[in-house]
Amino acid sequence: MDRLFEFMLPEAKSPTADSTDALFHFINEVSLVLLIGITIALIYFAIKYRRRSEDDETPVITHNNTLEITWSVVPLLICFVIFGWGYTGWLNLKSVPDNAYEIQVNGFKWGWNVKYDNGAQTLNEIHVPEGRPVKIVLQSSDVLHSFFVPDYRVKHDVVPGRYTYVWFEAEEAGESIVFCTEYCGTGHSDMLAKVIVHTEEDFQTWLEKNGGGVSGTPVEQGEQLVQLQGCTTCHSDDGSRLIGPSFKGLWESEETLSDGSTVTVDENYLRESILNPGAKIVESYDNVMTPYEGRISDEEITNIIEYLKTLK
Amino acid sequence: MATAEVSNKKTLKVQRFKPSDNPSNTYLTDEKGVWAWMTTVDHKKIGIMYLVAVAIFFAVGGALALLLRTELMTPAKTFIEADTYNQLFTLHGAIMVFFVLVPSIPAALGNFIMPMQLGAKDVAFPKLNLASFYIYVAGAIFTFIALAQHGLDTGWTFYTPYSTESSSSVIWVTMGVFILGFSSILTGTNFITTIHKMRAPGITWGKLPLNVWALYATSIIQVLATPVLAITVLLLTMERWLGFGIFDPALGGDPVLFQHFFWFYSHPAVYIMIVPGFGIISEVISTFSKKTVFGYWAIALSSLAIAFIGFLVWGHHMFTSGQSAVATTVFSFLTFLVGIPTGIKIFNWIATLYKGSIKMDTPMIYVFIFLFLFSIGGFTGIMLGALSVDIHLHDTYYVVAHFHYVMMGGTLIALLAGLHFWWPKMTGKLYNEKLAKIASVFIFVGFNVTFLPQFVMGAQGMPRRYYNYVDQFTAFHQTSTIGSYLLGVGFLIILYYLMHSLFKGAKSPANPWGSRGLEWQATSPPDFHNFDHTPVVIHGPYDYHQPMEEFQLGLAVDTNGHDSETAKEVVDKEREQWKNYSLG
Repeated sequence: MDRLFEFMLPEAKSPTADSTDALFHFINEVSLVLLIGITIALIYFAIKYRRRSEDDETPVITHNNTLEITWSVVPLLICFVIFGWGYTGWLNLKSVPDNAYEIQVNGFKWGWNVKYDNGAQTLNEIHVPEGRPVKIVLQSSDVLHSFFVPDYRVKHDVVPGRYTYVWFEAEEAGESIVFCTEYCGTGHSDMLAKVIVHTEEDFQTWLEKNGGGVSGTPVEQGEQLVQLQGCTTCHSDDGSRLIGPSFKGLWESEETLSDGSTVTVDENYLRESILNPGAKIVESYDNVMTPYEGRISDEEITNIIEYLKTLK
Repeated sequence: MATAEVSNKKTLKVQRFKPSDNPSNTYLTDEKGVWAWMTTVDHKKIGIMYLVAVAIFFAVGGALALLLRTELMTPAKTFIEADTYNQLFTLHGAIMVFFVLVPSIPAALGNFIMPMQLGAKDVAFPKLNLASFYIYVAGAIFTFIALAQHGLDTGWTFYTPYSTESSSSVIWVTMGVFILGFSSILTGTNFITTIHKMRAPGITWGKLPLNVWALYATSIIQVLATPVLAITVLLLTMERWLGFGIFDPALGGDPVLFQHFFWFYSHPAVYIMIVPGFGIISEVISTFSKKTVFGYWAIALSSLAIAFIGFLVWGHHMFTSGQSAVATTVFSFLTFLVGIPTGIKIFNWIATLYKGSIKMDTPMIYVFIFLFLFSIGGFTGIMLGALSVDIHLHDTYYVVAHFHYVMMGGTLIALLAGLHFWWPKMTGKLYNEKLAKIASVFIFVGFNVTFLPQFVMGAQGMPRRYYNYVDQFTAFHQTSTIGSYLLGVGFLIILYYLMHSLFKGAKSPANPWGSRGLEWQATSPPDFHNFDHTPVVIHGPYDYHQPMEEFQLGLAVDTNGHDSETAKEVVDKEREQWKNYSLG
């Protein structure tokens, strides 16, 4: 039986999972005992007391206070235990250890932008050290999302206009999947990320190598930015059709808009489409992109445009 | 002095009215024709019209579910696009909740049966009853306009700010739901008044059928909770239409506030959906075990307890939302309290079977299915109420499975029990018992094959509302899809034999199950005015130890039957007489 319940949960990879898993098993066991009892009673009564003739006489049993009290109070007591257990486990999920390493994660339609203390940035990859508590500070650029790591049994909604957090402590090097669990539109089910756990040493090396954020020539910076900002989730660089128009061959092309007018793709059109994408929608595409107003600097926009010019 | 008092009272006689098995006039033979149906104020015809409407919506919602499950056969695209998928699951949820589950039992079966169980000619406000139906239709039209425009892709929960920004026809649907709410409120008001004022002589609160108690509790929730839904969708509409910043943080609002508003209605709403089902279970289990219900007051009052505590647990939908820690703790605690009255009901129903005379006809089979599936729904609800575990399970398929076990395994199975139980009363026809049993096997097996794997994949981390999924969940999804097809077959069989029964079925006697319920003392189908006399009730609705004759009483003299003083006297007197009466 224990093996069945263990099969139901993914392998636990953080101490935050311990209390949750134990309670999950406990409730399953109690429920299963009761369910078997109920089922046996149903089947046994249905056979033992089956109707033998339409004139069957049945005894008048109206109620029994002892029974009523028993089957009210016993489940209530079990529920109190479950409440207390769940509550203490949850307090632990809320109480971040003091020495936690902090990582900023920004959810947007549709991806996770990750920033580290030394300025390093990643998209849909959260690099963490093993054996050290990590606090993920969550914020959203657009609608509600929810940050869920099944392996760590942690989840929190990502709410625009406020900060929320989760914490965990990855036990050993490896990878764990991150899901968005609050419905957020077309790309909701593709809004996945990975927690990549390094040994402490590897993590420091990785952090130093990627520190300082984007670098290089404007075109190189632009190329890194379209990755980090999640542009490539919806815009391909090889001409294939995703949620938005492909970047390939976009520069100086003639586009028909949803209102029938045409526009030539130049710097100002691209700038407008980044800051206020709903203003001019290319025909046959939906108005679903998040406005980048306030999330991106003028210099970054310029670098992205420089990069787009190279995608002939 | 004493003699003067007595002489002031009228003396009324009671006589036995045995319902005919071959009624010449019924509600179906009176007032024929489409126009007569559309303008009828007869609660029975209105109930039937609701039943047809609900069945149509159920067919649409069910077809959407089958499309969804088919798309999920493979981890990536199977045959529809992500945007279409998002619209389908939204519509499946919205239609099933607002147009099927909420009105199904109270407005369809309740409308038909409840006045008969009270021995009344109709509900208290018959015209209002008809108005409720047309308001429901108007709400449905708005929703169909939305479909014809840009559909709806917000999920049935309309969470902001996504629903503020979505390019689909949110306003049409929110307006549809707004209008629909009035239908629910009016039905609730009507039922409360009817139960208070229209009971036949002798039906005290202690002799009220448990189905009526359940509908009473439901009506209270409908009247108190639905206005909050109206406010919520109105605020959402104002935000979308006029740019009021109430929920959208970009406009200075708070998205978590929307969730509070929404669940303040929508959690009590799940009790609007399930509590009437409890009523049906009590009626059927007593009839098919020929035994008085065990713990009448425990079952009756636990419905009211659920109606009350159900208002205090909405925050358990929001443990991960960012609501305050204190609120989260309190809501978790109260959630366990609402589980207890439900458990009490299950135990009392099982105790009712003890030493009964149990006949496993189709309605009873559905009661057994209900008790099994709903127990699983209840236990997994306890799981989700536990704070730390809910953090892991929230918004995964575990929740989807739990919800379907309580709403489909509970409400819909109870509806099937009630439909099979009262079908002969409503139509005057019997259905094919053998086919009905075969269909119930398809429903039971199909249901579990569909939803049991969803518990496992949910606990393993599969999020809900996913168009694509990671490969590890493929086997679970495919099993689930196959199960949904079995369910579909089951419902098609039901449709077939019920239609067959309607047109070619054998004639049903007045009381085919030997039930003591008052509705069974009318003819099948009932007279236009339910009874051609004013029924008088001296026994409780489940007194199977009393002879059937004593359940067939009515006033021998024509009165309106609602003069409580005279009625009480009549009943007391009659009871005295019957005490010394023996059937020998």
